[in-house]
Amino acid sequence: MSVLIGSKTKAIFQGFTGSQATMHAEQCIAYGTKIVGGVTPGKGGQEHLSLPVFNTIKEAVTETNANTSVIFVPARFSKDAIIEAAENGIELIICITEGVPVLDMIDVIDALNHNENVRLIGPNCPGVITPGEAKLGIMPASIHTKGSVGIVSRSGTLTYEAVNQTTLAGLGQSTCIGIGGDPINGTSFIDCLKMFESDDQTESIVMVGEIGGTAEEEAAEYIKGNVSKPVVSYIAGVTAPKGKRMGHAGAIISGGKGTAQDKFRALESAGVSVVTDLNLIGSKLTELL
Amino acid sequence: MNLHEYQSKELFELYNLPVSKRGLIRKLSDVEKAIENIDFTNGCVAKVQAHTGGRGKVGGVVLCKTKEEIEKFVNNWLGKKIVTNQTDDQGLPVNIISIDELTSIEAELYMSLIVDRADKCVSMIVSRAGGMNIEEVAETNPEKILKIKFQHGHKIDENQFYEVCRKLEFNSEQSKQFHEIAKGCKKLFLEKDLSLLEINPLVITSEGNLHCLDAKINVDENALYRQEDILSMRDSSQEDEREYQAKKHDLSYVSLDGNIGCMVNGAGLAMGTMDTIKLYNGEPANFLDVGGTATKERVGEALKLILSDNNVKGILVNIFGGIVRCDLIAEGIIGAINEIEVDVPIVVRLQGNMSTEGKELLNSSGLNVIGEDSLMKASQKIVELVK
Repeated sequence: MSVLIGSKTKAIFQGFTGSQATMHAEQCIAYGTKIVGGVTPGKGGQEHLSLPVFNTIKEAVTETNANTSVIFVPARFSKDAIIEAAENGIELIICITEGVPVLDMIDVIDALNHNENVRLIGPNCPGVITPGEAKLGIMPASIHTKGSVGIVSRSGTLTYEAVNQTTLAGLGQSTCIGIGGDPINGTSFIDCLKMFESDDQTESIVMVGEIGGTAEEEAAEYIKGNVSKPVVSYIAGVTAPKGKRMGHAGAIISGGKGTAQDKFRALESAGVSVVTDLNLIGSKLTELL
Repeated sequence: MNLHEYQSKELFELYNLPVSKRGLIRKLSDVEKAIENIDFTNGCVAKVQAHTGGRGKVGGVVLCKTKEEIEKFVNNWLGKKIVTNQTDDQGLPVNIISIDELTSIEAELYMSLIVDRADKCVSMIVSRAGGMNIEEVAETNPEKILKIKFQHGHKIDENQFYEVCRKLEFNSEQSKQFHEIAKGCKKLFLEKDLSLLEINPLVITSEGNLHCLDAKINVDENALYRQEDILSMRDSSQEDEREYQAKKHDLSYVSLDGNIGCMVNGAGLAMGTMDTIKLYNGEPANFLDVGGTATKERVGEALKLILSDNNVKGILVNIFGGIVRCDLIAEGIIGAINEIEVDVPIVVRLQGNMSTEGKELLNSSGLNVIGEDSLMKASQKIVELVK
C-alpha cells in the first residue's frame, strides 16, 4: 500500500505549458505516473507532451476523470488555481509554487475548510512520491527506492538528504511527502503521521522540521498518544539568528518562539529519536530497526 | 519588509486610527518647521526612526521641552548609528527623527495583529500589560494575554470581542473606540498584506480615550508585487548591505558572525549545512540559498557576495544535484571561480546525479577546490582548512 498517490492516481498539471511544469511533467510521466492532461487558460484544445490541454479544471475533470492536480502556476495566481481545483472535483492538490502571499493562503484554507474531500499539499513544496508507483513533484527520482520508511518534511533538499540516506541504508521509502516551507500550508505533520501510522507498508517514519512556528511541537504532542511506529526527527536551524527569515517564508524565529532547541526538546519528550547531525538520519533508523 | 514608525503612523492615519501629530526632521534646519506641525505648548517626544525596538532604553526616545532640546537631540543622533538590544553591534543608521505631540497617559496596553500559524487565520493579541516586552509577559503572566481569532472571512466575533473588552476593563465609550481601532487595524492588515501590526503601547489618555502611541508594521514580502505604495517606503539603509544585494540577484542570504562561507541549494539544506559546520566546531559566516539551478551566473553572484564579507576564510558549497547533473554544476563552479579572484579554499560537496564525474572535474581543475561527496567529510575538511 501507499499513501496519497499510487496506481489509482490520475493527475493533471495546472500551468501545464510553462517551462518548469513541462520539464517536471516529462519526468513524472517517465516515472510511470498517470498524467492525463493539463490546464493553461487560453490554450485549451492544444496538445502538450501528447496530452490534452484544457482552459479550465472543470473541462479537464469532465474529459479525463482526473482526481489529482499539481500546481505550477505563478504565485499570484496560486490562490485561484487551488480553489478552482478544489471546487471542481480534484481530491488531492499539490501546490509546488513558492512565494504565495500568506493572506492568500488564509483565504485558501478558509475555502477548503468547507470541503472535507479535498487535501492540499504545500504550497512551496517538492511534492509527493511513492517510489515504484507514482511521482508528482520536482524531486529527483533516481535517489528513491521502494521500501518501508515514510518521510515527511518542510524542506525539499532536506527531504532528498533523508531519502538518500534511507536508500543507502537499504530501507527505501513508502511515500515521501514535502509539506512545504510556508507559515500556512494545507497538510500538516500530524496529517502525514496519521497516514503513515495506518499504512501497512510504512514501518518507520522520518520527520524533518525546521525553525519557525509550532508544527513540530504539535506533532510531538500527537506522536505521544497516537504513533506506535519508530520516528526519527531532524530539525534544521540550530544556528539561525532570531528574527531573520531563513529562505523559507515560514523559517523564522519570531517573538523568541519556534527555535530548533524548543522543537528538539518537545520531540525528545514525546519519545522521538532526535538526531542533531543531519548526516545521521539513516544510521539512526538502522540502529532502531 | 519593515516600515519605520512614522511610515506606519502615516498608514494608520489613512485608516482613521488615532495617532499623535508629528513633524519629521531629516536635517537640523527642519526643526523649526517640524515644531510648527504640532502643538508644542507642553513640549514633544523626539523619536529616532530606525527599524528596531528598544530605542527608549538607549536614549533614542526623549521628552523635549524646548526647541534647543530638540536641536541637541538631533545633533546627537542624526547621521549616527543606534545600537539597541535588538540590533547587532554595528547598529542602524539614523537618517530621520520624528517629533510627536505629547499625550497624557493614564494606562498602557498592548495590541497586535499577527498571522496566526497554528490557527491559520489573522488573530488579534491584546493585553493590559503594555509598554513592556510582550514576550516576557507571555512567559511570566500568560493569563494577561488575550487573543481574538478573525475566522471565516476574517470576521470579528462580537461576543468574544466584548468579553475581551470586559476583561480589559473598558467602559462603554472605550469599548466602542476599541472596536473602531480593531476594525481599522484589520482593514489595514488585509488591504496592505501585513504580516505584523503592533501597537505597543496602545494608551488610555487622561481624558479616557484610546490612542496609538507607537506603531510597528511588517509587510509580507511575497505580496509586495501588489503593494506598490508600500514598496516605495522601503528604506534599504536599514537593511544589511549584503542581504539587500542578495535580494537584487534573487538570492536568499543572511549574514552571520563566523568565517566559513556557505553556498547551498535549498533553504532547509542551507540551514542544515550551517548547523553541520557548527556541529563540527566551525562557525558559519552566512546562510545562502542559490536556488534549484546552480548555474555559472548564479554561483558567480553568490561567490562574490560571500567573498564581500572579509571574515570569510573558506567556503563550503553543498549541492544536492537531484535533477540537475552534478558535472554541469561542477563546470559552473569552475567557470565562476576562474572569473572571480578567489583567495580562500573552497570545499564542494556534490551529491546526486553524476556526482562522481562532478567531483573529478573539480579535483582535476588545478584550482584551490576540493570535491567531496559526503557532507560530513566536506564539513570536517573546511573546518580544518580555516583553522
